[in-house]
Amino acid sequence: MNLAAKDVRHNLGRFALTAIGIGMLLMIVMGMAGIYRGLIEDATLLVDRIGADLWIVQRDTRGPFAEQSRVPDSLAYRAAAVPGVASAREFVLHTIQRQHDGQRLRMTVMGLSWPADKGEWLPLLAGRPLRQNHFEMIVDQSLGLQLGAQLRLGKEIYEVVGLTNGMVSSSGDAMAFVTAADSQAIQFDKAGEAIRLERSGRERRAASHETILRQPGLSEQFSGSMANLPAVAPPDISAVLVRIAPGADVQRVAQIIGGWEDVTVHTRQQQKDLLVQGMVDKARRQLGMFRALLTIIAAIIMALILYTLTLDKIHAIALLKLIGAPNRVILGLILQQALFLGALGYAIAYVVGQKVFPHFPRRVVLTDGDLVQLAVIVVLISVMASLLGIWRAMRVQPNEALMG
Amino acid sequence: MNEPAAIETRELTKIYGSGNTEVVAMHNVSLTVRRGEVVALLGPSGAGKSTFLTAAGLINPPSSGQVFIGGQQVMDGPAAATDLRAFRRRHIGFVFQKANLIPFLSAHENVIVAMELNGASPRAARARALELMRELEIDNRARYRPAMLSGGQQQRVAVARALANHPSLVLADEPTAALDSRRGRQVMELFRGVAQEHGAGVIVVTHDHRSLDVFDTIYEMEDGAVTRLPADHAPR
Repeated sequence: MNLAAKDVRHNLGRFALTAIGIGMLLMIVMGMAGIYRGLIEDATLLVDRIGADLWIVQRDTRGPFAEQSRVPDSLAYRAAAVPGVASAREFVLHTIQRQHDGQRLRMTVMGLSWPADKGEWLPLLAGRPLRQNHFEMIVDQSLGLQLGAQLRLGKEIYEVVGLTNGMVSSSGDAMAFVTAADSQAIQFDKAGEAIRLERSGRERRAASHETILRQPGLSEQFSGSMANLPAVAPPDISAVLVRIAPGADVQRVAQIIGGWEDVTVHTRQQQKDLLVQGMVDKARRQLGMFRALLTIIAAIIMALILYTLTLDKIHAIALLKLIGAPNRVILGLILQQALFLGALGYAIAYVVGQKVFPHFPRRVVLTDGDLVQLAVIVVLISVMASLLGIWRAMRVQPNEALMG
Repeated sequence: MNEPAAIETRELTKIYGSGNTEVVAMHNVSLTVRRGEVVALLGPSGAGKSTFLTAAGLINPPSSGQVFIGGQQVMDGPAAATDLRAFRRRHIGFVFQKANLIPFLSAHENVIVAMELNGASPRAARARALELMRELEIDNRARYRPAMLSGGQQQRVAVARALANHPSLVLADEPTAALDSRRGRQVMELFRGVAQEHGAGVIVVTHDHRSLDVFDTIYEMEDGAVTRLPADHAPR
């Protein structure tokens, strides 16, 4: 006869409520692990999906994800000329926030190097890759836009032609993909009034101080925005992505490009390490510590619950001892209930988590490894938590059954 | 005829506390119950009856004296000469004033558990439990939990549990206190039957003088000491 199961059946409602409580607690522990894993996965997903072997960025910077990086777009041609390079393309990335139909849209815009890159590598849920150089965009579904939706960015209207799934930036914002040219147009868009003020200021300066700028040809060029002036504009792409030719040595190519004085080169792994160890490191550690704390709290709460459940059975335990039950029967009664509670709590955590986590604003990634790890932790917690109850039960004397 | 006694106690003494707070609950109690003998233990409250019963039942060790059960010494003063819990399981059945049933088990299971703890197969335990419950006319409440049974029904389940393992010694403390006179008599006669059919020694602490004719021997305890009453001196 399984005494633990009999007791559970007898106190089914109470056990169920306790298990739900423990399950909710474990769900938070599980969710913490999932958020932690999601943070890392989000941070490295883009680097993996883009699939570049080398990232060429501004000298002494850690790349476009970690900090501002500006390199000239001609760098792509220089890189393409290095032996062993199969292709080199521009990489533009910036985050914007706009209003659309009364909703706040926050997205990280990535420029695709048209025509070499039309976004075929993106995991499309619906729609298609880009078909033209301008005014088309692919967005992640988490942005909430539908296929065919029209969005004003800068002075142009862009149509959503493709939807991706799970493409978010390291900060959790949905990704939007346009051509590099459109991306720059969005990034450097200025209001007409701002351009007019900039132009008049420049003309004033030319009239009073800089005689050379009074040349008719130059004056013509000054009528545009600063960002459109080839000789004056700052470098306007974030990085250059390099793919290595089959059979070529990545390290050798990295060594050659790394020798250039104006840039720094990172391999794909280095770029991922920079993201994980740099950008998300504190959030990652914070989540890790919070998770450890929650695990300890769960253990303490479980211990208290099991201790209380044992106290409720103390008379029955004394009686069992009185009629000769060996200690292993008593120990089994408490331990089995602890493991049952733990297992049921874990199952509830998993089932409820599967329903709840997809609604979280950031991705919650439950990996098999993390689930197994938590299962082992739950078993350990259950055993540890039952020790207090077992200790109390072992101290009960049979004659306590005759009292009260 | 040298058949060992169901229980023999030699100069059992139990002292609680020490110095000024010392209380002698039981003093030099020597008593022998043969197999098949049914013994009543009478006496006022605080006379030491329950102390004797718990010492004889290996629940509460005496301060001094010896306990022999089935010829085997099991207590020598407060020291146990064997695994007491295993010994209780195999050789002693208990019935107490309060039924003391396990609340999360049904009446049937309360009887079964005693047998399963003693190594009986589930099938054999179920059959024997049902047989005992039928004898005690409680089989129609087999599936009920203790909370759903009256005091008398609970007590009959406790009696069935005490008899489940064919004990050589049955100790009962006021077993009929919660029963009406008919059921009380029935339980006392059941003890008589157990003694006769299974050769068990039975000690019953009781205040129920209506059933004293069932007993072979009557002892009286007062101030921790025991006296054997002649049959014709037994209170009626």
